[in-house]
Amino acid sequence: MPSLPSSGVEASIWRRRSVKGDLLAWGAWLVVVLATMLSFRTISDATIWDFVWDAPTQGADLLARAVPPRWEYAGVLWKPLWDTVNMASLGTLVAMALGVPVAVLAARNTTPSVTLVRPLALLVIVASRSINSLIWALLLVVIIGPGPLAGTIAIALRSVGFVGKLLYEAIEEIDRAQVEATEATGASPAQVLAWSIAPQVAPTIAGIGVFRWDINIREATVLGLVGAGGIGLQLEASVATLAWPQVSVILLLILATVIVSEWVSAQVRRAIT
Amino acid sequence: MSASQPTAEAHTALAAQWRPPPLIASPVLRWSLILGGLAWLVAALVFMEINWARAAEGWARGVRFMAAFLPPDFISKSDDIAEGLLESVTMTVVSTVLGLALSVPVAVGAARNLAPRPIYLACRSILVVSRTFQEVLVAILFVAMFGFGPLAGTLTLAFATVGFVGKLLAEDIEATDPAQLEAMRATGGSWLQALTWGILPQVKPRLLGLSLYRVDINFRESAVLGIVGAGGIGATLNTSLDRYEFDTAAAILLLIILIVMACEYASGVIRKAAL
Repeated sequence: MPSLPSSGVEASIWRRRSVKGDLLAWGAWLVVVLATMLSFRTISDATIWDFVWDAPTQGADLLARAVPPRWEYAGVLWKPLWDTVNMASLGTLVAMALGVPVAVLAARNTTPSVTLVRPLALLVIVASRSINSLIWALLLVVIIGPGPLAGTIAIALRSVGFVGKLLYEAIEEIDRAQVEATEATGASPAQVLAWSIAPQVAPTIAGIGVFRWDINIREATVLGLVGAGGIGLQLEASVATLAWPQVSVILLLILATVIVSEWVSAQVRRAIT
Repeated sequence: MSASQPTAEAHTALAAQWRPPPLIASPVLRWSLILGGLAWLVAALVFMEINWARAAEGWARGVRFMAAFLPPDFISKSDDIAEGLLESVTMTVVSTVLGLALSVPVAVGAARNLAPRPIYLACRSILVVSRTFQEVLVAILFVAMFGFGPLAGTLTLAFATVGFVGKLLAEDIEATDPAQLEAMRATGGSWLQALTWGILPQVKPRLLGLSLYRVDINFRESAVLGIVGAGGIGATLNTSLDRYEFDTAAAILLLIILIVMACEYASGVIRKAAL
């Protein structure tokens, strides 16, 4: 039988992995299961389980109190909602203004110095990305006082890293040929940036901006919880006074806003790609 | 000199006139967007109530806060910090595992090529609700239902994980090659077997990548849920800022950044090892 492998029976038993691979995979699963169980025990120790078993009743109770929504409360909410959208939009604008230069400094092919400037730009990106906008807001409310200014800056600081990271990766993936062509005409580095790199990443910049704006609308709805302006302030007040019919109005309004912003973002992204 | 041969000067004149095509081709749309944007910008800046006196006062505090980073104070509140961080890490682990376990069936249900229409719609609406509300909003409701503590935060993060992983995984399942699924069915495989051998191998790299990315996000989010009483390092941070203990706050922020960087590095290593 010439078509069968000569090594005989052993080769005919198909295995997905080598023995070592099997051991590694099982070991990885063991670690995951152990870590989960240990972690769950810590959480369980810090939990009052009587409250948890009571949760279905509490949930039903909450729902019963929240319906029907107090629609007339919506009249008070338009200004905070306007503030929320503005914090998200202005914050995104500032983040774009700061994030684009940071991305240019961080991209391997455009940075003035790979050893000096690039690590600094990357550090800015990591620090900005690691810290949630709510934490930035917490800091800024203490530093510059409560209000939408703190919220706007918080949104901007969180978004710089996001814009910077996505854009510098896009800049590193551009087509070299255009850069070379522009350089061959004797263009200065600034001219190369303007005439061969900027046109290639312009749609990406617009896409990143709209994408982040969409995320920021969501984030801006909660910044009021720590005093940074927007609709979260009303939410905090309503939850604190157990005014659940108002909470349901606020949540429905947020739902509508988020759906509209997601639709706008999807339309714009479809138009430019 | 013939008419079809322009002079060198005419060439440079033509070249100087050339402008790159605009990003938005239609001039009406372009200008209305520009003008509308400017009108909004003015309105937004005019209506935003800014207390400039208070903001100016903030400089001194800002400087004090920056100064607190040298050196940050890890020592005097080390017990609180350690407890908060441990809680954040445990919340991250449990919520990611729980969220993934729940998101796989939801993703299968939300994939158009696998699920019948009613199940598809039900799963898609779960994904939409989960993705619409910011984690902190969900946490407020869960704290009201389950009581204060890390369990409310863990469930919040698991819920958010379902929305995130579920949506992206469902899209990946829809993009799989139908031939492999067809082949599994042709060998007489059951629905479950077709899933494990026809679909899973195709989406496995994506699933692993998403899981690792979500670990990262869950840790970062766990750092803020404490603000609404859902456990984690956020509560410690909030307290230290309320007491103007900037050096402790600086220490906590540095630890968060370090852990996020470590997570990113580890996920890179795991991805390389597993694929």
